[in-house]
Amino acid sequence: MATDSNTSGDTQTAQSGSGRVIAFGLISVAVVLFILGLMDDYESGLSIHPMDQFIIEPFFGDGPIHWYTVTNSTVWMGLAVLAITALMVLGTRGRAVIPSRVQSVAELAYGFVRKMVEDVAGKDALPYFPYIFTLFLFILFANFLGLIPGSFTSTSHIAVTAVMAGAVFLTVTILGFIKNGAGFLSLFWVSSAPLVLRPILAVIELISYFVRPVSHSIRLAGNVMAGHAVLKVFAGFAGALGVGAVAPIIGVIAIYGLEVLVSAIQAYVFTILTCVYLKDALHPHH
Amino acid sequence: MADEALVAAEEAAGAAGMPQLEFSTFPNQIFWLVVTLIVIYLILSRIALPRIGAVLAERQGTITNDIAAAEDLKRQASDAEEAYNKALADARAEAQEIIAETRAEIQAELAEATAHADAEIAAKVAESEARIGEIRAGAMQSVEEVARDTATALVAALSEGKADAAAVKDAVAERMQGGSQ
Repeated sequence: MATDSNTSGDTQTAQSGSGRVIAFGLISVAVVLFILGLMDDYESGLSIHPMDQFIIEPFFGDGPIHWYTVTNSTVWMGLAVLAITALMVLGTRGRAVIPSRVQSVAELAYGFVRKMVEDVAGKDALPYFPYIFTLFLFILFANFLGLIPGSFTSTSHIAVTAVMAGAVFLTVTILGFIKNGAGFLSLFWVSSAPLVLRPILAVIELISYFVRPVSHSIRLAGNVMAGHAVLKVFAGFAGALGVGAVAPIIGVIAIYGLEVLVSAIQAYVFTILTCVYLKDALHPHH
Repeated sequence: MADEALVAAEEAAGAAGMPQLEFSTFPNQIFWLVVTLIVIYLILSRIALPRIGAVLAERQGTITNDIAAAEDLKRQASDAEEAYNKALADARAEAQEIIAETRAEIQAELAEATAHADAEIAAKVAESEARIGEIRAGAMQSVEEVARDTATALVAALSEGKADAAAVKDAVAERMQGGSQ
């Protein structure tokens, strides 16, 4: 509410006010992480388990993980669905011509991804906009929810990102053949290169095409996983050093700020690469 | 018992390495991911995207309408200004006309009045001149009479007798004639 009154007033104060709020939020997050780190049982000094946060376990009780078991990953995916619903459905229920704050955010996300699809993949890619927007929102919200201390980050798992990247790869490849027939293969035949080089280039293009889903999925999962692991390591240092752990807390704050950026950027990167691949499928000719 | 020990050992190994490579959790993750994505897709494509698209289209329409209305109002304002200027110019021209007309009228009236006054003055002058002539004639006559009486009295006094009245009269008249020559 303090920021509410600020934004209506002087812009300068509003900006410094929101900056203060962000700084305060980061510090409180660091404190929470610090306390969480203290509460973990580090019985033998520096025994930090940065990867433990990625362990998938049943959310209700103990037991084997079947394909249908509700796990911590499942719960946070569900929370992502709820958050997306809150933003995109509840936030826009006013259908206001002059939007409320939440509605402007929803419209901003809509316009951002729609423009990206249109600019990168062309106007004829707009029918696929809902699918791309689904991927974007899921990754964005899973990343951001994963930044809540004590939460689980679904997108840090290669199984999740590989399925999404694989789905994009398969869809785009099938779509390319449906839309262009055998003409889709001209994607690998660089007609602007000298004839001698074309077969070699074709091999390289083919390899790079099949590497796409691998890099597409590992880029997202790797970034998210690495950031969270580093956060955990710094929090572990703080836990080991006890009350005097100023440097690790500053480190946690800095890495956390970076992770906020990475969360948004990786969602953006995944989406824009999807658009690029879609463009190749719709317009394979160089 | 052996199975349990194996599971425990596998779990320990998984915990030590990367939980991301714990392939036993893959079906679970993939299943729930697919469910999640389908739910998000349905929510977006059925509710959110049509709604936002409609709102954006409506906003675009409102903005277009408002701009058209503003242009219309602007045109009306310029029309009104033009009409105002025209009315002002008309009024000014009319006022000039009225001024000229009035001036001419006044001029005519003035000329008439002047002519009238001149005529009156001329009449008065003529009348006065007539009267002056009359008075002058009367005075001449009186002078003749006074001269005759004076002459008669002088004659009577000088000649000690009765003066011939007719002779005196002729003489005075002759003198007067001569004097007036």
